[in-house]
Amino acid sequence: MADATRTAAENLVTITINGIDHSVRAGQRLITAAEGIGDYIPRFCHHDKLEPVGKCRMCLVEVEGPRGKQLVPSCTMIVNEGMVVDTESVVVKKAQEGVLEFLLINHPLDCSVCDKGGECPLQDQTYAHGPGESRFIETKRTFKKPIPISDVVLLDRERCVLCDRCVRVADDIAGDPLITFNERGNSTQILTFPNEPFSSYFSGNTVQVCPVGALTSVDYRFRARPWDLEKVSSVSLRDTMHSSVEIHTTRGKVVRVYGADNDHVNDGWLSDKDRFSFATLHSEDRVTTPLVRNGDSFDKISWPEAIEMVASRLGAFLGQEVGSIGGANSTNEEAYTLGKFMRSVVGTPHIDAQVGDGLKPHLAAAVTPRALIQDLESVSTVFVWGPDLKETLPVMYLRVRKAVRNGAKLVVIHPASTGLDSIATHVVRYRAGSGQDTLRKLASGEGELAGVAETLASGSVVTLFGRASIAEDPGLAESVAAYARGLDGPGLIPLLGRGNTFGALDMGLAPNLLPGRVSTSDEKGSSSIEDAWGLMPVGAGRDSMGMLAALRSGDMKALVLVGSDPVRDCPDPGLAVEALEAADFVVAFDAFLTDSSRLADLVLPAAVWGEVDGTVTNLEGRVQAVKRALPPRGQAQSIMGALSDIAFAMGADLKAFDVATVTKEISTLAPAYEGVTPDYLTFETDGTGVVVPMDGVAQPLGYIPTDMSVPIVTDRFTLHLAASLYDDGVTTRNAPSISGLVPKAVARLNPKDASLLAVSQDSVVTIADVLELPVAVDSTVVQGSVVVPFNHAATKGLSATAAVAVAAVRSEI
Amino acid sequence: MTTRILTTRMEEHPSDSNSMARYLDTGGYATLRHALASLSPEQVASEVKASNLRGRGGAGFPMGVKWGFLADSDPKYLVINADESEPGTFKDRQLLERDPHQLVEGIVLSSFALGIHRAFIYIRGEYPKAARRVQQAIEEAFEAGYLGADICGSGFSLDVSIHLGGGAYICGEETALLNSLEGRRGEPRLKPPFPAVAGLYSRPTIVNNVESLSNVPWIVANGGTAYSSIGPERSAGTRMFSLSGHVKKPGNYEIVMGMSWRDLIYGIGGGIRDGNELKTWIPGGASAPWLVPEHLDTPLTIDDVTALGTMLGSGAVVVMDQTTDVVAAAHSIVRFFAHESCGQCTPCREGTRWLQDILERILDGSGRPSDIDLLLDVSDNISPGLTWPPAMTTICPLGPSATAPIVSITKYFLDEVKAKIDGFEVAVG
Repeated sequence: MADATRTAAENLVTITINGIDHSVRAGQRLITAAEGIGDYIPRFCHHDKLEPVGKCRMCLVEVEGPRGKQLVPSCTMIVNEGMVVDTESVVVKKAQEGVLEFLLINHPLDCSVCDKGGECPLQDQTYAHGPGESRFIETKRTFKKPIPISDVVLLDRERCVLCDRCVRVADDIAGDPLITFNERGNSTQILTFPNEPFSSYFSGNTVQVCPVGALTSVDYRFRARPWDLEKVSSVSLRDTMHSSVEIHTTRGKVVRVYGADNDHVNDGWLSDKDRFSFATLHSEDRVTTPLVRNGDSFDKISWPEAIEMVASRLGAFLGQEVGSIGGANSTNEEAYTLGKFMRSVVGTPHIDAQVGDGLKPHLAAAVTPRALIQDLESVSTVFVWGPDLKETLPVMYLRVRKAVRNGAKLVVIHPASTGLDSIATHVVRYRAGSGQDTLRKLASGEGELAGVAETLASGSVVTLFGRASIAEDPGLAESVAAYARGLDGPGLIPLLGRGNTFGALDMGLAPNLLPGRVSTSDEKGSSSIEDAWGLMPVGAGRDSMGMLAALRSGDMKALVLVGSDPVRDCPDPGLAVEALEAADFVVAFDAFLTDSSRLADLVLPAAVWGEVDGTVTNLEGRVQAVKRALPPRGQAQSIMGALSDIAFAMGADLKAFDVATVTKEISTLAPAYEGVTPDYLTFETDGTGVVVPMDGVAQPLGYIPTDMSVPIVTDRFTLHLAASLYDDGVTTRNAPSISGLVPKAVARLNPKDASLLAVSQDSVVTIADVLELPVAVDSTVVQGSVVVPFNHAATKGLSATAAVAVAAVRSEI
Repeated sequence: MTTRILTTRMEEHPSDSNSMARYLDTGGYATLRHALASLSPEQVASEVKASNLRGRGGAGFPMGVKWGFLADSDPKYLVINADESEPGTFKDRQLLERDPHQLVEGIVLSSFALGIHRAFIYIRGEYPKAARRVQQAIEEAFEAGYLGADICGSGFSLDVSIHLGGGAYICGEETALLNSLEGRRGEPRLKPPFPAVAGLYSRPTIVNNVESLSNVPWIVANGGTAYSSIGPERSAGTRMFSLSGHVKKPGNYEIVMGMSWRDLIYGIGGGIRDGNELKTWIPGGASAPWLVPEHLDTPLTIDDVTALGTMLGSGAVVVMDQTTDVVAAAHSIVRFFAHESCGQCTPCREGTRWLQDILERILDGSGRPSDIDLLLDVSDNISPGLTWPPAMTTICPLGPSATAPIVSITKYFLDEVKAKIDGFEVAVG
């Protein structure tokens, strides 16, 4: 895209604005061109990321035409060579002031209690240009207010200026056409359809784009005034997209999260989880002091006592007897410090940020060729074979929707229905556990997949690949990647869900990776890191599942959990419980008592997103800064500082004095991150981060995926664990405005299977003999598979195995 | 001298002018058979172009020129605007009810000329009889092989269907009509693109009025130059006028343009009812600024009427005698436009209703001296300069149309308006 921008920039036209000639980029809208040269034309309906509608008429200017000067909306006019524009004439000013007056006559003058007061263009323009007195003596229009249009958004139709922004966001951007204009003329109003709330994962964007106080969020409504807000630029860590945000705080609390423009990543949009889950920070259930186990409960202890305990307990084991699981929700600096601590202080290679739910570290961190999100803008075909983007990476879902709006074809291959199906050129559904067979047919272009293969073979392709569910063999994703490598570029983007997983892998939180995408088998790379860190174990360690098994069998003794909950997240919850119970010592850095940290001997309160500074890396390898908006809750602290203290107590110095020092160390020691210094990020990247490795920097590892020939599962039923944006994770559970949105758990079955099992809608079935769920008969489910929600309170304890037993429950009356 | 093109059949055979038998019996579809057998599409189009027929929907844009803009990309569509809703206009209704085959033949000829194979007739929902008659004509034409596949063995095919409107005036605006036809809200679209480039379903589309298309069989049969030689040069052909209001003989009249307003109102219309005086008239539908007796000798041509700062529009002439309360008349029209505003543009949505409210106050006896300036300034904010054809702060001319009666009553009847407002009486007295 950078290249595309440069090419477009060479294509200039000359326009005259208020008598002065300007060279502006061809093809852009007059309102944008004028703004670019410092002439801000007032507007309400215009929005840079939305198609123009020319409805509010606020941006009228005069343009010379064949019939003399004419008033035209500058938001709909494309600049062309020789265009002569007047933005300040008497006619223009009168027209604009007329529109402003029209907007105000029925607008309540309740700015003093309106959420938008203080950041409202209608208010600002009225103060700047409006008359002191109203000529309108009639009765203002009234509506019942506010009305909830969804669980998180309220509508005040009296304040609404009918700019169409929310409708366009819902229809065009989100693909949820659930709000619309109703009635006409003076009675025109925004409404939802009867009995159909505006249930959208992107509803909060409508609140952000609303130019007045008509749409408000349940969370922010009446909580603060704009002039009391402190604003910090950061990125969201709710998934690996890392959408740019502004965190708004007042009186020590985050009250609002806004999307920030970053065309490389999120175009300004956020998912409602990005936006509304900040309440997690303020949850009453946060762990705020170190806690030490005392029988079945915990006692509070001081940090110095806790540090002493960790140092002495960890120091008592052989290095190889200790491992760490987690770090995927930490910053790069925290992850780097954790890796350095485990390898060089504890002396163990058993380190893993993933919990058996992700991809092979080399594949995720260093697949080549790796595409950029922006490549979606101009690609012929988008190929998605991985998780349901709408549920797991909702902003990536928006980017794929945008690619399709731009004309790209879309191929979606998944074991169940996905949010993208309705706009896909080809939708292929395979029985969970049989993906390798589908891939073989695709690769050979046979049967019903011939058309799909043909689409993929014609033109440039970006492949988004990952595990369709945690129950799926991760080898399949690699086989898919191997196939996709054979297609025309730009390349591949690996998909993982959790927070900063890519950053953690890049920092060496993997059994076979060292910082900067260095393989543990790379002797030269290892030794240069060892030179800096001191002695560390040679070769690859155990992954999370291996560590859990070794803890259960006694081969390992101690575990450091870092913001990780293997009991809930790993494919074998039973193993995780037994491992944590068998371990001699478990220390958990966590913000909450989870099913896993509850089993720890010691829980250390961790600072979380919003409370720490640092850098993070997203799924395209983009490094961006996260910023502290608040001090850590209670006695919580960044694990970077805690690990430093523990290391010191163990006689080692991690040199993790502050975040900038660590960022700098990463930039010199981690090859792929060469040059990514704090100064570079602050001064050279325009706030939108930088993709590593930077131009001219070579990374040591480039991973070429191979076909893994994953075996086909032939059991009677195979399991697809379907992710949902709102699940039983801490960020949903602890955010009151979205916690109620978790869908009801059902077992979805193909109608034929339902009939063979003699069950119908709402009958109950047992899954794997461990849980009972009501049945939803769903013809989009492939025969022979059962679709069950992932990470749901009702599916707790279910092992993520490819084959699963499903049986009807017969109630005896 | 009565030259008739459109209404001959209905005049001569009032009982069954809509039937297929009568249509064929009076030479109907002969032109189509001839054209399909012996003329090229280009020849048909050039006759229409040569006719200089200016669109009869209101805007008066030359039909042949409009056809010339049609982008050459299939599929393309012909949409017939039969959403006749301008207050005072009822001419298309008569053409639809009483000579639907004439329209169908015009549609087939035009589609042939334009290379179109799909046409939609958008009929005003309040015209059920018209819709029934057109539907019957379409079915008869299919039956007789004048519609459908391989018409008259020529290889040319055309499918036509009817869509009934839901009662919104704005859907007579061609792009709102297209939105409505697509199942969207009836809101005018931004232009460009114009329908000829991206119209129905974003395909090249010609939207023509019923009366315009009903002329096509005659034009093709007799030649474009024969048509253009009827009447004044730039107002060629005959034209349907819907004469209503305080005249003795209201009704639809097909006349050759060029006669004076006096001829129309006092001659054809029989003069003012009850021996009353003519006070004012609306020359071309509710959107048009009014005329007064001093204009009686102006000829009825598109250009002469435009020169008076108004328009012939859709041919709806509404005559008002001296018993008319012009403020009430203006209020009635403004209320109509406020009610029919689609609501998308701020000035129209808010401004037309505000104008209505102010007029209501004046009629209720609560007017203020400042209200006259306010009416004009609010109008000016919808239609800057208050000229005609109007400058617009809106997407379509509906909002500016609401200012026409305000301008008219303050221009010609200012004293009468002032008399309704207390403050002026005090000031004058």
